[in-house]
Amino acid sequence: MTINPYLCDVCGTCVSVCPVDAIVVEENRVVLDNEKCIRCRKCVIVCPVKAISEKN
Amino acid sequence: MSIIKDYYDVIVIGAGPAGSVSARFAAENGASTLLLERDQGPGNPVRCAEGVSHNGIVPFIEIDPKWISTKIEQARLYSPNGDYLDMFQNGTGYVLDRTLFDPALANLACQKGAQLLTKADAIGLIYDNDKISGVKFRYFDKIYDVKCKIVIGADGIESRVGRWAGIDTVLDLKDLDTCVQYTLTGLDISSLRVDFFFGREVAPGGYIWIFPKSKDTANVGIGIAGDLVTDKSPKEYLDEFIEKKFPNASVLRSVCGGVPTAKMLKNPITDNLILVGDAAHQVNPITGGGIVQVMIAGQFAGETAAEAIKANNYSEKFLRKYIKKWNNRLGANQSFMYSVKEKFMRMDNERFNNLVKICSAIPSEKLTLKEFFKTIVKGDPMMILQLAKAFVTSKLK
Ligand SMILES: Cc1cc2nc3c(=O)[nH]c(=O)nc-3n(C[C@H](O)[C@H](O)[C@H](O)COP(=O)(O)OP(=O)(O)OC[C@H]3O[C@@H](n4cnc5c(N)ncnc54)[C@H](O)[C@@H]3O)c2cc1C
Ligand code: SF4
Ligand code: SF4
Repeated sequence: MTINPYLCDVCGTCVSVCPVDAIVVEENRVVLDNEKCIRCRKCVIVCPVKAISEKN
Repeated sequence: MSIIKDYYDVIVIGAGPAGSVSARFAAENGASTLLLERDQGPGNPVRCAEGVSHNGIVPFIEIDPKWISTKIEQARLYSPNGDYLDMFQNGTGYVLDRTLFDPALANLACQKGAQLLTKADAIGLIYDNDKISGVKFRYFDKIYDVKCKIVIGADGIESRVGRWAGIDTVLDLKDLDTCVQYTLTGLDISSLRVDFFFGREVAPGGYIWIFPKSKDTANVGIGIAGDLVTDKSPKEYLDEFIEKKFPNASVLRSVCGGVPTAKMLKNPITDNLILVGDAAHQVNPITGGGIVQVMIAGQFAGETAAEAIKANNYSEKFLRKYIKKWNNRLGANQSFMYSVKEKFMRMDNERFNNLVKICSAIPSEKLTLKEFFKTIVKGDPMMILQLAKAFVTSKLK
């Protein structure tokens, strides 16, 4: 999973639905841990600007 | 520069309305209290349409014109076919300026004795014999371990505090509204009225709002239910709406955000820890209004924490007082709102059109709430509870 930093507003909406705690807001950035991620796509769906995509 | 002590009775994480009110009531009731905010300061950035009712905020802070943008007297509901219904509020509403309101709430906490640190990012909990005994945070470039008896997690929608403590805070898609909002200027609007636009093509499972900040500036935003999101992003829905409605507007600010339209967490507490606000899912599930509800919860959290300090008892069992207070005050209301959310927010276009048509037959000065409900009962009995609760009890969000 990749987050497009030009689209991302660091709003934390994706964090709230991630079932495995793979996304965190850190130092004004959103960081996604691909090792933890189970590819459920919930974050992809809820991002208001579709900043998260499935490619690595 | 503040001196950071090794120990506080209570550490509150997040200086939004929930955290600042929690810190204020903890401090006011005698607990030494530290309030941590990750950002440059409270109210920065604001991810909110800023609508509240007068009656909702006066118990917490004296009204100051400085942080009131507009005074609202009326709400207009647009159905999918463009018909609308004007409703007059019971009591005044406001569109706030949260860039000043949030600092004012934090300031009140400081006046009562709490210590606020900004640029202070909580990064973990500290444990002593498996018991939560403090907070690890980064303050500018340094890491601090500070002990406390009670942690209050008021860290908003992206809450990590609950997860650290083993509380399941994950939201279902259907219980999350995904939002984008612009503050637009160059408009020509009424500063006394808030507008809501409904419809499957407008905002699936949610609505678009126009909340005036003045006669030419407004918060214009959209919320869409997470499980009804399509390939089109909320931003695309909103952009389309704005291109049609306000083709000449300029954007002063744009923000994304999420609203937990869920029931409160089953158990927002554990030994030595309380979750409050968006972090505990305490928002009105129909309107998405959170400011007032999270301040109420903040008061209960702060008071309970201070009581626990006095009683020298920080067990989950003792902290249940917080849940009890919330349940007595808002619990039933919130569960009810939740149970009608599905029906009201998922009404099909035709049904919504019909409802508005029935109600707009009444002259607007006569469209008192009572009349409104009577009409709904006659025309569409199923809808009475939903509408009643959605736009009246909760007034403006
Ligand atoms: C688009 C949108 C429109 C809305 N419109 C309205 C409205 O019109 N009326 C209304 O009543 N409600 C509205 N709401 C809801 C309302 O904004 C929230 O319910 C309310 O802000 C919740 O307050 P809170 O204190 O729980 O969380 P927040 O206000 O989100 O505050 C949380 C704070 O915690 C800080 N924080 C997070 N993590 C850490 C950490 N690790 N360390 C330190 N600090 C941390 C954050 O920086 C933030 O300041 C809206 C929400 C959205 C998204
Ligand atoms: S939901 Fe989208 S915009 Fe918000 S933090 Fe996640 S990736 Fe960024
Ligand atoms: S795809 Fe699922 S598991 Fe992976 S980061 Fe997104 S929400 Fe988390």
